[in-house]
Amino acid sequence: MEKREEVSDKKNGTEDKASDEDKRPLLIGLGFGIIFGFLLHKGGATKYDVIVGQLLLTDFTVIKIMLSAVVTGMIGIYFMKSMGWIKLSIKSGSVGMNVIGATIFGVGFAVLGYCPGTIAGAMGNGYLDAIVGGVAGIILGTWIFAVLYPKIKDGILKKGDFGEITFPGMLKANDWVVVVPAGVIIILVLFGIEKVGF
Amino acid sequence: METFGSVFTQTLWSPYVVGIGIGILSWLSFLISGKPIATSTTFARAGGMIENLISGGKAEQRPYFKKIKLLINWQWMLVLGVVLGSFLSAMISGDIQANAWVPPLWASAFGDDAVLRVIVALVGGIILGFGARFAGGCTSGHGISGTLQLAVSSWVSVIFFFIGGVITAHIIYYVIA
Repeated sequence: MEKREEVSDKKNGTEDKASDEDKRPLLIGLGFGIIFGFLLHKGGATKYDVIVGQLLLTDFTVIKIMLSAVVTGMIGIYFMKSMGWIKLSIKSGSVGMNVIGATIFGVGFAVLGYCPGTIAGAMGNGYLDAIVGGVAGIILGTWIFAVLYPKIKDGILKKGDFGEITFPGMLKANDWVVVVPAGVIIILVLFGIEKVGF
Repeated sequence: METFGSVFTQTLWSPYVVGIGIGILSWLSFLISGKPIATSTTFARAGGMIENLISGGKAEQRPYFKKIKLLINWQWMLVLGVVLGSFLSAMISGDIQANAWVPPLWASAFGDDAVLRVIVALVGGIILGFGARFAGGCTSGHGISGTLQLAVSSWVSVIFFFIGGVITAHIIYYVIA
């Protein structure tokens, strides 16, 4: 009897451990999302008026959030990279994707008034135009892309391909030779926005 | 008002506090999960999962869905978390919107017809979703996570997100309205 119990305990133990290992990254992802969503709401970025206000150049909240996130993130990410703690995760690019695709995105950004991250926040905030119209539209739009993908993947998506490259890589420079001036410029832009009075 | 807890019940924080917070979150995301914060692929996965439900698994055959893999993954849970986190912040600060079909800015130019606003949001969402996958990222994946890594593709993208967005918003509010 004792022996059998031991065996079943052991079996349960390994099973639990295996399922914990599978679920942990998902729960961490959920945790990151909760903090991200909390911050987006506190920044006002879950609201149509704030986002479209940015695009109409009357409210600079979105640019302030983005640039302060970029300068903070950049310094930490490049520090951790230099310590060998992390690897960068760079998206490959092309003129077709990042000029034509991004311009299409921009048009949709203004018509919808939310983006994929902030619309998730707008759902949590209770905005019904986002929940009923916007989310369905984004899912449909990404699905249309998936349907067309075989026809465009070797054509327009590859046009003017420049691969997975960073500015330090492109300039063949030490990372910090780019990070420090980029950080200074972003901070100066933010001071400029405040000085103009937005 | 002076207590630590009251910070969380404020509806709005300084955009710089929020931005620095998101920047620090990106450090932890790279360090703990080895991934940048991004959201738009999740909408494509959701679309493929819905097609799978309707067609009995045919979406699996599409090359794009083979590439991105139709499963509930880390980023899927992140997007779910954004909904929950925003709900949490809105709830504790008394900012949950009720019956909010039409944003005030939209209403000031186009009136408070909910049907019109929902149709425009649907069309805008289709263009946005298509463009996000076309560009290989959105305002999170390119606009924050890519730019902070100094990726060329992401800086080019974010510039054209705003060029397209600023021109279109001006047409909507100063030409059409």
